[in-house]
Parts: sequence; structure tokens; C-alpha cells
Amino acid sequence: MSQIHVTTTINGDATEFLCEPEETLLDVLRDRLGLTGSKEGCGTGDCGACSVTVDGRLVCSCLMLGAEAQGARVETIEGMADGDDLHPLQQTFLDHAGLQCGICTPGILVAAKSLLERNPAPSEEEVRYWLAGNLCRCTGYDKIVRAVMAAADDMRRAS
Amino acid sequence: MRYEAPDSIEGAVGLLARTPGACHVLAGGTDLLVRLRSETLEPETILDIKRIPGMHEITPEDGGWRIGAAVSGAQINEHDGLCADWPGVAEAVGLIGSTQIQGRATLAGNLCNASPAADSVPAMVAAGALARIAGPDGTRDVPVAEVPTGPGKTSLDTGEFIASIFLPARPERSGDAYLRFIPRTEMDIAVVGCAVSLTLDADSTVDSARVALGAVGPTVVEVETAAEALVGTQVREGAQQQLATVCSAAARPIDDKRGTEHFRTHVAGVLARRAAAIAYARAKGDRA
Amino acid sequence: MALDDRDTATKLDFKVVGTRPPRPDGIDKVTGRARFGADMTAPGMLTGRVLRSPHPHARIRSIDASKAEALPGVKAVVTRADFPAEVPEDVADVLDNCMAGDKALYDGHAVAAVAANSAAVARKALKLIEVDYEPLPHVTDVDAAMAPDAPVLHEAGGDETVPEGHSRNVMSRVQFGHGDIDAGLAQADRVIERSYRTAATHQGYIEPHACLASAGPDGQADLWCCTQGQYMVRDTCAAILGLSQGQLRVTASEIGGGFGGKTTVFLEPVALALSRKAGRPVKMVMSRAEVLRASGPTSSSSVDVRLGMTRDGRITAGFAELRYQGGAYPGSPVDMGSMSAFAPYDLENVRTVGWDVVTNRPKAAAYRAPGAPMAAFAVESAIDELSKELGLDPLDVRLKNAAREGTKASYGPTFPAIGLEATLEAARAHPHWSAPLGENQGRGVACGFWFNFGGNTCVSLNVAPDGTVTLSEGNPDIGGSRASMTMMAAEELGIPYDRVRTVITDTGSLGVNDVTDGSRVTFAVGLATIEAARAAKREMCRRAAMIWGIDEEAVVWEDGAARPSGPNAGEHPPMSLAEIAAIAPNTGGPIAGHHEVNAEGAGVSFATHMVDTEVDRDTGAVKILRYTVFQDAGKAVHPDYVEGQFQGGAAQGIGWALNEEYIYGDDGVLQNPGFLDYRVPVASDLPMIEPVILEIPNPGHPYGVRGVGETSIVPPLAAIANAVSAAAGVRMTQLPMSPPRVLAAIHGADDG
Repeated sequence: MSQIHVTTTINGDATEFLCEPEETLLDVLRDRLGLTGSKEGCGTGDCGACSVTVDGRLVCSCLMLGAEAQGARVETIEGMADGDDLHPLQQTFLDHAGLQCGICTPGILVAAKSLLERNPAPSEEEVRYWLAGNLCRCTGYDKIVRAVMAAADDMRRAS
Repeated sequence: MRYEAPDSIEGAVGLLARTPGACHVLAGGTDLLVRLRSETLEPETILDIKRIPGMHEITPEDGGWRIGAAVSGAQINEHDGLCADWPGVAEAVGLIGSTQIQGRATLAGNLCNASPAADSVPAMVAAGALARIAGPDGTRDVPVAEVPTGPGKTSLDTGEFIASIFLPARPERSGDAYLRFIPRTEMDIAVVGCAVSLTLDADSTVDSARVALGAVGPTVVEVETAAEALVGTQVREGAQQQLATVCSAAARPIDDKRGTEHFRTHVAGVLARRAAAIAYARAKGDRA
Repeated sequence: MALDDRDTATKLDFKVVGTRPPRPDGIDKVTGRARFGADMTAPGMLTGRVLRSPHPHARIRSIDASKAEALPGVKAVVTRADFPAEVPEDVADVLDNCMAGDKALYDGHAVAAVAANSAAVARKALKLIEVDYEPLPHVTDVDAAMAPDAPVLHEAGGDETVPEGHSRNVMSRVQFGHGDIDAGLAQADRVIERSYRTAATHQGYIEPHACLASAGPDGQADLWCCTQGQYMVRDTCAAILGLSQGQLRVTASEIGGGFGGKTTVFLEPVALALSRKAGRPVKMVMSRAEVLRASGPTSSSSVDVRLGMTRDGRITAGFAELRYQGGAYPGSPVDMGSMSAFAPYDLENVRTVGWDVVTNRPKAAAYRAPGAPMAAFAVESAIDELSKELGLDPLDVRLKNAAREGTKASYGPTFPAIGLEATLEAARAHPHWSAPLGENQGRGVACGFWFNFGGNTCVSLNVAPDGTVTLSEGNPDIGGSRASMTMMAAEELGIPYDRVRTVITDTGSLGVNDVTDGSRVTFAVGLATIEAARAAKREMCRRAAMIWGIDEEAVVWEDGAARPSGPNAGEHPPMSLAEIAAIAPNTGGPIAGHHEVNAEGAGVSFATHMVDTEVDRDTGAVKILRYTVFQDAGKAVHPDYVEGQFQGGAAQGIGWALNEEYIYGDDGVLQNPGFLDYRVPVASDLPMIEPVILEIPNPGHPYGVRGVGETSIVPPLAAIANAVSAAAGVRMTQLPMSPPRVLAAIHGADDG
């Protein structure tokens, strides 16, 4: 068993790490890099709490090996705000009470950001289907969907 | 466990040949990592094929499309040309899992996982897709339907892996569609799936057809009697009824946690008629 | 002073309460900084893992861990032998559930655990532990478990409430009600008798159980965990491990959902035992499969109802017999189901009988209004069916029989002011009720009741020298309660919301606080917060009086400042909280208020739900088209989070009604231990859920607050069943109403 040396970019920062071949990107983020904002709710790609983007593509970090991140650009919840300036989605989630317990929130924010980058004016149905892989057990999704749509409005107005 | 990411097909084949039985190919990983996690699989080597040139590419070939083994569902559904030619295949692969899964899941992986409920496989079978298999003796092309041989089992030999999928040129006046039934609106495995691909003659009568059912047998089933029920018709009520009857008759499902035998048998027919109606409309040129 | 701390009049004019400020923990939770159960580390930390039984029922002949212990990197292995042979009776079942003794009682039952220097080594070690099992016959269905020849889980059988001749799997029997059922049924124009069944469902919190334990040789121990109650964890673990409560400090992490499922312990005593044995901190995190196999789902149920009604809709008698399986140990919530079944109605003749039954399944834990949804499913379905048969409007029938102030409840007490009628009137007046329906669509309504708890509560409110305030409370914030507490403190003190910070303390910092359950927190902790603020205000008025040289009675607290009041008070400019705080060292020292109470007067809660569904007659698929919740909140402190509770409860109810279920094979093994096949609602399954807040003040709380968290899961099962039955044209009496079941019902009705 030998560890693999991986060079990658995480939230804009050049990052190196060693990992075991079987370690997932989520394991690496949480246990080796201290980026515990990505959560493990299932480990099987069914809950979306570990959502990150890799080279701009939304993925479950629990379904990707750490070794696969070689040369990739990884974005996590920790990179979403610009210093003290929250991303519009983070702000609307606060304003619209889009979270209760907050465990699914990082994954949902990362997923919603990925949606708005592709579709700046999604319909309610488009938001719901895009986020179908992000389970929330507290809210019934109502306020989450409203917060995403409100952020889309804010971002369109600002641009 | 070792992780290897060769940069050529030959390199990959060599590694596969050296560790027979204990080397598993990683493309999108959406099935493989679940199995690693549950410890139902403890491979010696994980062979990541994503560094091999061409694996991420969709390229036109002989009027059809060659789809690299690592092309994700999201990539396929962002490809206008492929989606216009084979909307049924695109929607089938697009139904696999969540947005996140779409970012990684591949046609080749869905095929090699050999689940009878795989969404893209009935659509590929109906489309007449070919799998290009790379191995120690070079490459060979086989119909997709011949790859899975039973739940979790494929016809691939030692040292072989799927390098690409080929969707043939789409004939004039043809269309395809795939529908599946799941209990929720997303995130489930198909309880029943049905793909229909058909070609019309000049007066909008079905000239040829292929119908494939998923999750109603140990492998995806191509239903010849269903094709017969469609050929020579304009997919009106009587033909749809006959199609439903033969599809239900062809279904050999089991009772399990996802659905009952009664349910799957009935819904196979329901989906067949609905999918046939969509495919027919597409073949006629109606936007659907 | 003029401030009367025994003032029981309900406050009606609010400045902060009723507004919607951002929650204090919000930024941490949208940036990934919030630390949940699995997010903590400690120097030298080991990874702990549990070996679980693959058998639903087996005698454990022996366990040989020697090969695992010999594996390099393994630092400790524990089995039941590492726990005290005798523990207090009230934690005996909890211990047995955390670590099996003589028998494994369900698929997934913990039988051993290891701590190792990596997860990979721990995983490998588990495979080296040799357990010699003697498989025994098993039973997972409640009715089958009650059969005379059913496999028996516990030789000792049930308690003295169980009549002779029943299976030893029946652990207890309860009975509630009044009047004469037979006489009541004789007065009815129509009588209905139906049987209903519901599947076991899981709370489905997204955060798996997780903890980090550190136990030293001196008997001191620290534990970090995601829980609904750090004091419960402390007391339970101390009792199980023979520690003193004072030596064990438990800190609650942020909690990623609980819904009742984190009101007990699973990993925590095991992690402490491993840490004690290894001499190092041990972190344990469950996988999702472990959560589903071995943490608490709720009961599956089998319920018979008999109901009589007159032609004009008066219910003359109601009887229900409820059988709940609570998994491998006694304690299903059948008692609360039996108490709540008919609680919304004013009935002369009502009786419920409940049977608590054990089966080879994981021990049931509380799940949001434990026991009530299944009972309401049965009773509200029967009322609906009878109303339809008699051609009556289902809302009219419920209003006609509605419990109101003065009603003697079916479970004993007499109700004070309650809000059921208000929710029914609001439902009838809402445009949803008169909206047109299309083909294959149906509308359903149902009512629900929950008791709401109070309980032991202890808070401390400290005024800092700069005039800001810290409120320390001991209940994990599971859905925004820190915001509500902050608001009530700010309201009472008359200072801005952002001048108060509420923190959740560890067990060493406050006296006992009962678990965050029973919808108790906003009520009971809110009440204690208000009283603590009042105590601080009294002290600040006293300090101002001292400075001004006047009587304490001549000082009042208004708008965040002490002011002279009354004929002899004299002329003094008001002194703000910040001004008083700044000179506190000169007037007697720090200023604080605290309050300790075993709170009563929680105030019961009612809701009415209305739902439209559409059924695909070819596939049995059900779509939720529209959903409206009408619920009495007493006073909504933070309306956003009250609405969130209404919506979240409805969504969980939708899952329970349509697709969620524990599926066991004939082999007694759980077939769907993952979110792939344990199908909780996803975003695209649901419509917006409209929350309508009614405010009928609870006389037991200074601001009129009632708990709101649980009632919202009580009506959905029946409301959706009534809607699906209307849409499909066939009565659905079994949950979940999964597509195969709905299609079979439609085909059955077509054939009949």
C-alpha cells in the first residue's frame, strides 16, 4: 500500500496531498485538508451533501477518488464566499430561511451555484430537478427553492 | 490496492492482462465507488482510463457518433448534434441519477455494470449501438445487446475493456424514445424501462422498429414481437394496444423491493405504448 | 419594583418577536464553518468501527477477537464483556441495544467494536473478529409477532398489564377513553370497521450519528457528539459505564437533523469504552447503512378502528385497537398513539387499546410526534370514509365534532383554549378548498394533534460590560431555536436582536436540560429565557435605584432602560442597559439573570392539512399537486422557522404516505439500507407547501408560545390517503401508497 502524491487546485489555491488509492476526494477534503464543509450523508452519491465542482462540473466528492483530482480544479463550499462577501446564494439562504439544521446546506449551495452558472433564470421546476440529488429532510424544499430563485433574480439584476 | 492511470489503450490493456480478475476499470466511478464503499469489491488495482486520449470525446463517424468511454451523461446532453439524432439515448443516459451523477456517469460504465435496470442500455439496444472493445488482440465491435450476459456479468474477456460506444447514422424519418418508471421523480433505479426506435416510410407508416425493455429480466430484452406490432402501422390505438400486450407478455420480471411482478408486467406495456407514441412523433418530425 | 415577575397576562405587543431576522448561526452554516458531529478531531485520535450481526436473531455463543487485537494498528477491541455486568434498569435495554449481550436481536445489532489508527485498519480488524452465532427463528411483522407460536425475543415476556394467554412478545397493554362504545355505536346511523397498516419509517436525518470520545484513567471523560440532548447522553453513558455524571462532560455539536432519532445513544457508550481501553480519543461515525439498520426507525403499525356516525355527522362512538412493534425492545410509542388517536374530537364514547410488541428489528426511537401519525392515519381515514358514505362535507364533520375549550379529551384532561376549530375554519375559508380539480385528481383533509412537552430547563443570561448579552442554554438548536431565544431575550430586555448572542453550552456549564424533543424548546427554553431576562431586569432596576437613591419599587424597565416611575421617584434621565452594565463593578458586580424550571403548561397543538393529488391510473403513480398546512402556533416567534416546521413535517409525512418503508426479506435482513431504496422525498417530488399560521395564545407561556415542531407530521398520512382514495376511486388503507400498491388497488377495484 503506497500513498499517491496529488497536485491540484482547491478553491483557487495550489494544493498538494498524499492519499491512499481507495480514499475518496471527500475523505481527502475532510480528513487530510480540514475542509469539513463538504459532508458525508450517505457515501453512495444519493444525498448530495458532499457536492463539489471539479473542473466546473458538479459531482459528488464521495464518488470520486482523491487520486483522480490530479491536475483538476476543485471548488468547495469553503471557496464560495469572497472573504467576508457572501455569494448571493449564501445571502438569500439566510434571508429566506433556506436552512434548518444546515447539514445539507453546503452541498445545496454548491449545486445551486453550478445551476445558476449555466442557467441564470431557472424555472421552479428546473431548480427542483437540478437539486433532486440534494436531499434535505428539514425544510420540505420550499424555502430552498425560493432562496435559489431569489438569488437568480438578484444576480440578474446585478449583472 | 493500487491506482493506475495509463495514458494509452495499450497501457490499459497491459495492466488488465497482468492482473486478471482483480483489476477494475474506473471511468465515471458512480457504480464502482459504491461497490468499493460497501466492500463488496476489493480490487488489487483500479484502472482509471480517463487519461487515455479520446476517452472524453464525442466525434462524428460515418454519419453517426463515437462516444468515448469516459464521456459523461452531462456531456452527452450538452451535445446538440447527438441529442438531435438520438434523443432517446440522450434522455436515457440523462435519467441516470442526479445532476451530480450526470457529471461523471458514462454510457460504457452503465453497460459494463450490467444491471438489468440500466437506463441507457435499452435505448442503446433500440438504437443498434455498437460497443468497441479494446483487448490484447486489438479492438472488436459488438452489438451493445451482447455485452451484458446477466446481472453484473458481461461477455468481456480477460484484459478487455470498452473504449467507446458507437451510435450509427440515424436514417431519415426515424426517431427514438426512452421512458422508465420510478416511484419518485428522480434518484431511483428503473422499476421498468422501455426504449423504442423506429423508422417510417414516406407515408408515415412504420417501416422498421426496435423495442427494448429494461428491468423485466436478467438482461435487457429486445422484443421482436413488439417490433412486429409496430411495423406497417401508424402507431394508432390498435397498434399501441397490441404493442402493450406483447411487451407485457415478453416481460419476465421478479418481485423485489422495487416493484412486483404484476406491476412490472403491466407497466412494461404502458411504457411501451407511451414511448412508441413519442418516438413516432419524433420520426414524423414533430418536436417533442 | 413595579415589574411583576408573576405577571401571567399574555403579552400581545411585540417589537422583535414575530419579525424575521437572520439566524445567528446562519453564516457558519452557509460557509461550511459550522462544526457537526463528524467534523471534530482530537490529537492522537483513533477511528472506531462497529461489527454488526448479519442475523436477525441469533444466540452469540462466543466472540474471539484475538486475531483483530493482534493486527498492527488496532488499539482496542470491545464487546459486551467490556461493559459492567449490572447496570441500572432504566439503561439496561439501551446498553443491550448499543452492544448485544447473549443474543443479537436484529440485522445490524452491534456485537463488537474496534479502535484503530486508521479507518482501513479498523475495517480489516472487523473481519478478523470471529463470532460464533447460533441462528434462531425470527419475526419482523407486528401481527405475526403477536401470534401464539411466534419466535420469542425475550423469555421474560411482558409486564403485568398484558392479560394471560398472549405472546411473550407483547410487552405491555394500555387503554384510554370514557363512555360506552357499544351504546354509542347503537346510536349511529352508520358504523364503519376498518383495519389499517403502516410501514416502519426512519427519521432520515442527513447527518449520520457521530461522536468523539476521550476518557482518561482518572475517570474524567469528554464526549463530543451530535445529539438532541447532551444531558441525556451524559446521564445515559455515565450509567452504562459506571462513571459519575459530573466527571463526564458532553458537548453537543451542531446537529444535522434528528426528528427524535437523536434522543438516545448508539455509538457514544461504545466510543467511551474504546477510548478508555485504548487510552486515546476515539472518533466514530456511522455509515448510512448503519444508520438505517441500527438506529431508531419508528414503529410499523396495525390498527383497527370502529366508528359510528349519525346522518348529520355526529360521531357517536370511536374505538381503536393499536398494535405497534417497537423493534427488539419494549417502548414503541403505542401509548402516545392511543392517547392521541381521537384527541381532536369531543366524543361521549371513546376508547383506545394499545399493544406494545417486540420484533427482530432495530429498537424504535422517537420520530416527530411519536406514535401519533399512524393513529391519526387510521382514525382520520375512517372519518373521511364515513363522511363520504353519508354525503357529508369532511370539514363540516370535523367542525361538528371538534374539541374546544372545556372538552374532556379522550386521554383524560380537559382542554384549555385550543386552536383546532380555528384551523378548520381557516381551511374552509382558504381558496384551496374551493379550487377546481381535474380528472384523476382528488382532495383530502385530515386533522392532527400533539401534546407538546415542557420539562427541565436551565438558562443563564449574562450582561457584558459593553452592554451586549450572552444567553446560555442547554438545548441543541435543531432548526433555528437560537434565533427564537435571541429574539425573546431581546424583546424582554428591550434591546436590539444583534446585541444578544445565544450559545448552547456543554453539560458542565448549566444544570440539567431535558432533550430537545416534544416541541418543547421554544416553549420551555423560551419561558426560562424570558424569566432569566426578567431577573436581569430586576437587578438592573435595583442598580439604577441605588444610583438614583430611590426605592426599587419606583423604577420600571421600558425600552431597554431603567426609568423612574411613580409620584416619589423624582426626575432622573433613563439609564440604558449599556450604561448600567458599564458601571456594574461599582454597583455590586456583574449582572446576570438565570432561571431553572420544570416547565408545565406547554399547551396542546392542532393542525388541519389539505392536499390535492393526481393518480396515474396506468402506473399507480401519485403526484402531490398542492399542499396547505393550517396550524396553531400560539405565537410565532420567528415565523420563517415556524413555517419551516410546518413544511418539513408535511414533507416527511408525504414520504411516509407514498414511498418510505423498511423492507425486510423472508431472511429478516433489511433490504433497503440506503437512500437509493429508502426513498425520502426529493425536491422534484414536491410542490410548494403553503403554511398558514394561526395564533391562539397558549395561556401557559408569557408570550403565548406553543410548540410547533411535531404536529405537522400527524395529519399528512391520512390527508394524502384521503386524497389518493378520492383520486383513484378506491380506499387505500395501507402505507406506503407506493405505485405497485396503488395500481394493485385500482386493478382490484376494476376486477371487483
